[in-house]
Amino acid sequence: MSANPETTVPLKLTVNGAARELDVEPRRSLADVLRRDLGHTGTTVGCDSGHCGSCTVLVDGEPARSCLMLAVQAETTAVETVESLDHDETGAALRRAFSENFALQCGFCTPGMLVLCTALLRSGTPTRDGITECVSANLCRCTGYGSIVDAVEQAARTGGDES
Amino acid sequence: MRPSKFAYARPDSVEEAVTILRAAGGTARVLAGGQSLLPLLNRRAVRPSALVDIGGLTGLRYLRRDGAGLRVGALTRHADLERTTDAAVRSAFGVLPEAAGLIGHLPIRTRGTVGGSLAHAAPGAEWCLLAVLLDALIVLRGQDGERVVPAAGFLVGPHRTAAAPDELVVEVRFPVPAPTAVLVEHAVQRGETAEVAAAAAIETGDDGRVVAARLALDGVDGRPLRLATTERALLGEVPEPELVARAAREAVTGLEPPEDPRYRTEVAEALLIRAVRASLAKKESR
Repeated sequence: MSANPETTVPLKLTVNGAARELDVEPRRSLADVLRRDLGHTGTTVGCDSGHCGSCTVLVDGEPARSCLMLAVQAETTAVETVESLDHDETGAALRRAFSENFALQCGFCTPGMLVLCTALLRSGTPTRDGITECVSANLCRCTGYGSIVDAVEQAARTGGDES
Repeated sequence: MRPSKFAYARPDSVEEAVTILRAAGGTARVLAGGQSLLPLLNRRAVRPSALVDIGGLTGLRYLRRDGAGLRVGALTRHADLERTTDAAVRSAFGVLPEAAGLIGHLPIRTRGTVGGSLAHAAPGAEWCLLAVLLDALIVLRGQDGERVVPAAGFLVGPHRTAAAPDELVVEVRFPVPAPTAVLVEHAVQRGETAEVAAAAAIETGDDGRVVAARLALDGVDGRPLRLATTERALLGEVPEPELVARAAREAVTGLEPPEDPRYRTEVAEALLIRAVRASLAKKESR
């Protein structure tokens, strides 16, 4: 047990394939540590209460709200943020499809959407209803979702190939 | 906003967790998946002196057949149930994976736990309603060993349970199969907490008459309610639509929901009818 609330706790995890070790205050969220300590500012934080999903990252391959995880809960896990999608076939296909389908306007929700949908496409080929259900987890106040669903459908169809 | 400061412990055993909780004298909170606790911490609605992170107690993450019943470890995640490929669980307790899929959204279900949800005892929580419907037993571990509490006695009010501050929920036991059980709910929006929910498990004999009935409602009281009078009224009857409608009307008569009483009573009546209908349909589809 950390002797008192001022104590930091050692944290070991993998972020985008790189092993990281740091000391963190236990009260800090994973989102906060990813952004401020590890420089992965692609992860955006909207609501800090689990509603908006913009801070979605993958923890051991599963989508999770990084504002609803203390950084210390990520001990020994493998975390993937939106930055890792540059080198990911599915993530790259999604990003291209988002661009081609105008699936963003202000772009604030886009990192969370890309990460969430990467998990969706890795788990198989979803139906349009499955995509709609999945993206309902994250808030987008610009697009009305239609173009996002179109983009994910296109990426599911084309995979890593050029569309 | 960041949570207020707390001491942090990650025990390696249930015993150690209980010891730390006891030492904190009721000012500590247990952290499981954190999907209910983190929002409260982030807006400082709770300011615990210490967090006891039981996430490392991976031995508490399991689904175990126990005779005809099922034991669910406290750290089983909602998504574990949603995705279970155990055919026996899917037929005898199909309502559990179905209800798991109604909880929040996938990124919540991958982290949130069954035990955490029961311990949090939030109105609208699917596991609380099903625990009451199916006469589940909540297994608690404290300084003096293990204690088994029926769900109806465990859930005493909104966010209130019979667990002492130094007791840990370690398991929930569903003692009897419930192949016809269903849960239907109404929320303002998909993924939001249900305002009202109804659950039913109706068994009919070869002559179409009801031989066993379980009914429960959530969102009309501070905790899930079993509808014992209505259950008895259905026994021996052929569940024709008119009879079910009348039973649902009588079931909600006299309820005094703490919020929006008229609205919630009407929704409860409609959901009860839907739940009974869905439970009967489930039997036919088998």
